[in-house]
Amino acid sequence: MSKIESWLDTNTFHYSEFWDILALIREKEKKGLTVSLCIPTLNEEKTIGKEIVIFRSELMERYPLVDEIAVIDSGSTDQTREVAASFGADVYLASDILPEEGDKRGKGENLWKAIHQLRGDIICYVDADIKNIHPRFAYGLIAPLIYNDTMQYVKAFYDRPLAFSHGIRPSGGGRVTEILVRPLFSLFFPELTALIQPLSGEYAVRREVLEKIPFPIGYGVETSHILDVYNEYGLDAFGQTDLDQRVHRNQTTLALGKMSFGILQTFLRRMKVFGMFDKLPQLETVYRQFQVQENEYQQVTFDIVEEERRPMIEVPAYRKKFHGE
Amino acid sequence: MPTFTENLSRLVPDPADIESVKEVILANSVMCGEIPAPTFEEGLRLIFMRDRFREAGLEHISVDEKDNVAAILPGKSGERKILVSANLDTVHFAGADHAMTLGVDSITGRGICENSMGLGVLSALPLILERLGVQLESDLLLLGSSQSIGVGNIGGIRFFLENYPNVIDYGICLRAVQLGRLSYASLGMLRGEIHIEVPEEYDWKRLPDGSSIVILNRLITRIQAIPLPSSPVTTINLGSVFAGNTFGTPASNATLRFEVRSEEEGRTEWIEEQISEIVEELAAENEISVDLNVVARRKRGGIAFSHPLVKTTRDIIGSLGVEQVIAPSTGELCALIDKGIPGVTVGLSQGEHMHEKNETLRISPIFRGVAQLVGLLRAIDGGLCDE
Repeated sequence: MSKIESWLDTNTFHYSEFWDILALIREKEKKGLTVSLCIPTLNEEKTIGKEIVIFRSELMERYPLVDEIAVIDSGSTDQTREVAASFGADVYLASDILPEEGDKRGKGENLWKAIHQLRGDIICYVDADIKNIHPRFAYGLIAPLIYNDTMQYVKAFYDRPLAFSHGIRPSGGGRVTEILVRPLFSLFFPELTALIQPLSGEYAVRREVLEKIPFPIGYGVETSHILDVYNEYGLDAFGQTDLDQRVHRNQTTLALGKMSFGILQTFLRRMKVFGMFDKLPQLETVYRQFQVQENEYQQVTFDIVEEERRPMIEVPAYRKKFHGE
Repeated sequence: MPTFTENLSRLVPDPADIESVKEVILANSVMCGEIPAPTFEEGLRLIFMRDRFREAGLEHISVDEKDNVAAILPGKSGERKILVSANLDTVHFAGADHAMTLGVDSITGRGICENSMGLGVLSALPLILERLGVQLESDLLLLGSSQSIGVGNIGGIRFFLENYPNVIDYGICLRAVQLGRLSYASLGMLRGEIHIEVPEEYDWKRLPDGSSIVILNRLITRIQAIPLPSSPVTTINLGSVFAGNTFGTPASNATLRFEVRSEEEGRTEWIEEQISEIVEELAAENEISVDLNVVARRKRGGIAFSHPLVKTTRDIIGSLGVEQVIAPSTGELCALIDKGIPGVTVGLSQGEHMHEKNETLRISPIFRGVAQLVGLLRAIDGGLCDE
């Protein structure tokens, strides 16, 4: 079994494996852990209220898994902060946290400042634009960290379709993942292709990891995290949990282009930090995608060799025909 | 000796004390409401309710063959049995977007007023009572009832009451809207569909007579000509029509849905006879198929205005500073009335855009709505509503 196959087998979960929240809470208390839930926002008044109500009801009131729920806002101009506060969330303006460090606009800024503001040993980040919010979006990510002391960083992925006939079906991430990030990982960090949705906005991380890594403030924050955690701790530090379906806003191709540009900047910057920029490794030719059979994730590899032809002007027969040489 | 009013003020909790359960009530309402449950397809929603009942530690949790979900919160003595019900089904089709949005003081989304908030309160009731330190002598029988709306003809609760082996002393039906509503009696009611079908071999040269829409127009004109007494109040509501498909083709099918309501004994049956005659005449005159199908029927009945249950409920509503609106019911209360069980329907909050995609419910009145429910349960439990 390859490293990736072995990792998929042991570190990929489905949220339903953690249905026993009471057992999870007992384990959390036994280990003396605290958990913070952080929701970064910018103009999310339509969805933030429901997220706060459901998380507070299900994971604080009924089952005390989460110790605090905080909204870190980038300066919304709608009612985001008012709605969140009305349902009992701790609401902070990112610019009010660590003011001596200055104020930058971007989701990564909120995630970074949350480390200073929140007190949890585990911080779970959940995006604010999820229409079908459910407690699984938090406990499915927190649980692997509580049960597994060596795991550091658990990403969400969204997969199982509502209906699919028996057999094999393709699996994977969104458009930016499949068109940009997975090809880059396949080329330079093949093991990281095992992360089915590396760009998902929901993940839970231990504080001791978060406090040691830099945070791009824009689109590249998730990519940067993955590269840094991989560089420091290796693939075994990661887990990933299938949270079923996620309903959210669909982004335009133009918006995804901007996102890709930001991610590419981050990726190249990390390569430079890792000393890979001037001495590119042997470029991989194996491209890795995923499929699911009987709820088991399998990698599908394609050997894609991009051979190259020299300019036609260098071909003697061509020069003879067109240039009379 | 304390007066009746002093008694009431002790029984009705301060609405502010219920705010500590706000998140649970709202989360239950939203999570339950986002599960589509058109009439006859309540299965997934009842699983949610069953799980909530189970997590609350209720006893005798059961799902019956009509897809009702019921459970018992045992009282200290179990001397009385009080049924608290809310309907599981909605008018919205399963494929519609059921996502809810929460504002500072509002919830918006399909079905929140009919009747997700009722279910949210029903499922949170054990926790609400626990937080308030209320332990009743009576057993509480909590019921999420199926098949309540439209052609469901309150089939779920009827089945439950028909087959529940023990005596039920009182019933309270929960509706999300409107706070202040009090129903203790049912109107005579009849809901029907009239379907017109022009046969394919019909002589299309007889246009416009060849269109079922023209026949439908005649039908409506004749129904409107049925004489109705203004007192006792009797109404015929023409609720919806479906007919035809396009511009250039005569409509071969048309359907009219209507509802008759009357405060007068036997009046709905008389109107049904009138409509049946119109239907038969139209079919014979035009040599086409016209069928009347009665999909729901309620008998007129209920407890008296002077019944202690009604008086107590009115006083409780009044004590909370809410204006009471007395209205007859055509919903689940009718099933209680048919079985001779004293019961009322009460509203929990204020809402608007009923049955639309932007159904909206106000959050802040809910706490008074729940205080009303707890006060009423304690009043029944203490014997204040006995005749």
